Amino acid sequence: MKYEFDPTVRYAKTHEWARVEGDEAVVGISDYAQDALSDVVYVELPEVGSTVQQGEQCAVVESVKAAEDVYAPVSGEVIAVNEALDETPELVNEDPYGKAWFFRVKLSDPGELDNLMDVDEYREYVESEAE
Amino acid sequence: MGQELMQTRLHDWHVRAGARMVEFAGWEMPVQYPTGPIEEHKRVRSAAGLFDIDHMAQFRIGGPDALAFLQRVQTWDASRTDVYQAHYGLLCYDDGGIVDDVFLYHLPDHWIMAVNAANRDKDRKWLEAHVGALDVTFQDISDETYLVALQGPKAQAILQRVTDVDLEALPFHGVAEGTVAGVPAVIGATGYTGEYGYELFFSADEALHVWEALLEAGEPDGLIPCGLAARDTLRAEACMPLYGHEIHSEIDPISAGLKFAVWFGKGDFIGRDALLKVYLEGPEYRLVAFEMVDRGVPRHGYEVLADGMSVGEVTTGLFSPTTGRYVGMAYVPATYAAVGTDISIVIRDRPRAARIVRKPFYVPAYRRG
Repeated sequence: MKYEFDPTVRYAKTHEWARVEGDEAVVGISDYAQDALSDVVYVELPEVGSTVQQGEQCAVVESVKAAEDVYAPVSGEVIAVNEALDETPELVNEDPYGKAWFFRVKLSDPGELDNLMDVDEYREYVESEAE
Repeated sequence: MGQELMQTRLHDWHVRAGARMVEFAGWEMPVQYPTGPIEEHKRVRSAAGLFDIDHMAQFRIGGPDALAFLQRVQTWDASRTDVYQAHYGLLCYDDGGIVDDVFLYHLPDHWIMAVNAANRDKDRKWLEAHVGALDVTFQDISDETYLVALQGPKAQAILQRVTDVDLEALPFHGVAEGTVAGVPAVIGATGYTGEYGYELFFSADEALHVWEALLEAGEPDGLIPCGLAARDTLRAEACMPLYGHEIHSEIDPISAGLKFAVWFGKGDFIGRDALLKVYLEGPEYRLVAFEMVDRGVPRHGYEVLADGMSVGEVTTGLFSPTTGRYVGMAYVPATYAAVGTDISIVIRDRPRAARIVRKPFYVPAYRRG
């Protein structure tokens, strides 16, 4: 399998990830998702102070050919966004689990994390989707 | 149209090279290789790229009345295109709407007309219907003719290694007959990237041989295969029209900014009266180039606002890899078409500031003078 999987995050079926840090979580998209998109040329992030809901559209990532919705893997208030993606959206291709984090939320319902997959479940899910 | 997609003779090569294959005009074509569309785009600007464009169709037009036929069915004055020259032209309906845009290659005893893949059947029927009493031979040679494009500032040096044609002596939009990798070929100094380069016509049976020979010859210069995604962003930076976007049956060449391909002085041709009227009265709508002031990727079909009103539609939008800007083309009323006019593009229900700029977005080195 050519994709990278990060064991420190939990994954949504729509290929976003959330990394829990205390009562906050950092959100991004998976290596599989960035590879499927190909060259990313634009990312539209939620506004700081806005609220995102698990499973609802919260951001947009655009490749050369298409615009794709990004769904929030967790609910909560957005407390920071990654402004580096404005000028260097290609970070999404280069470092999807690191420099290309999308935003940080204050978790409103940590129980929701149970709705996400761990790395082994997600790897299996991607393998089944790729077939 | 059948459900089964057509495949070019290089289909398996593309798949082996890791290309992503997509449907385009009934063909299964490489949209990108693992290199990615941005790097493929940049490579054509900095070195060279090789494109499989065999999905495009070609007609062979010969016979004593070939010139008279071309003068009637397309807008350019073909009598100004000497043997071994090529020129761009348009097929128009009586009302001036565009059937297709075409490239004409003038050879000693016939012409090749290269047309869009999606329009092959439509064009053929339309052209055959207008032969009338003229003594013309008309053949669809698309199946037996292969077409690849070698584009970029290194294209000449690369092609020279595998051809017996003196490329230094071949002018821009010149045509030559010779060999490429030992295979008889027609070489046109033409292309669809805004970069200097060549389009090569040769026997489809030799597709793999020529393709691999070109890649090998270009390897020291960084030549890579490029897909349709890069082809689209390259032509868009050069503001070259794409059928179905900037041009179609509801748009005339004058409004599309293609007057350079229309020659009223040659006498009658199909659509002439309608086009002359638009030309003399001035088009109601014009194709303009714009760049985003706010961030956002404009896309085909997005609404254009000016003075708070909906005034037009985006025909092509993209992130321009060469300029690093978000840009596009759109039709707007002539009153809003001046360079510097502030407009907005509605992206996901939100108007975002943009400004009309001069065409094209990118001028290649060979044209900067």
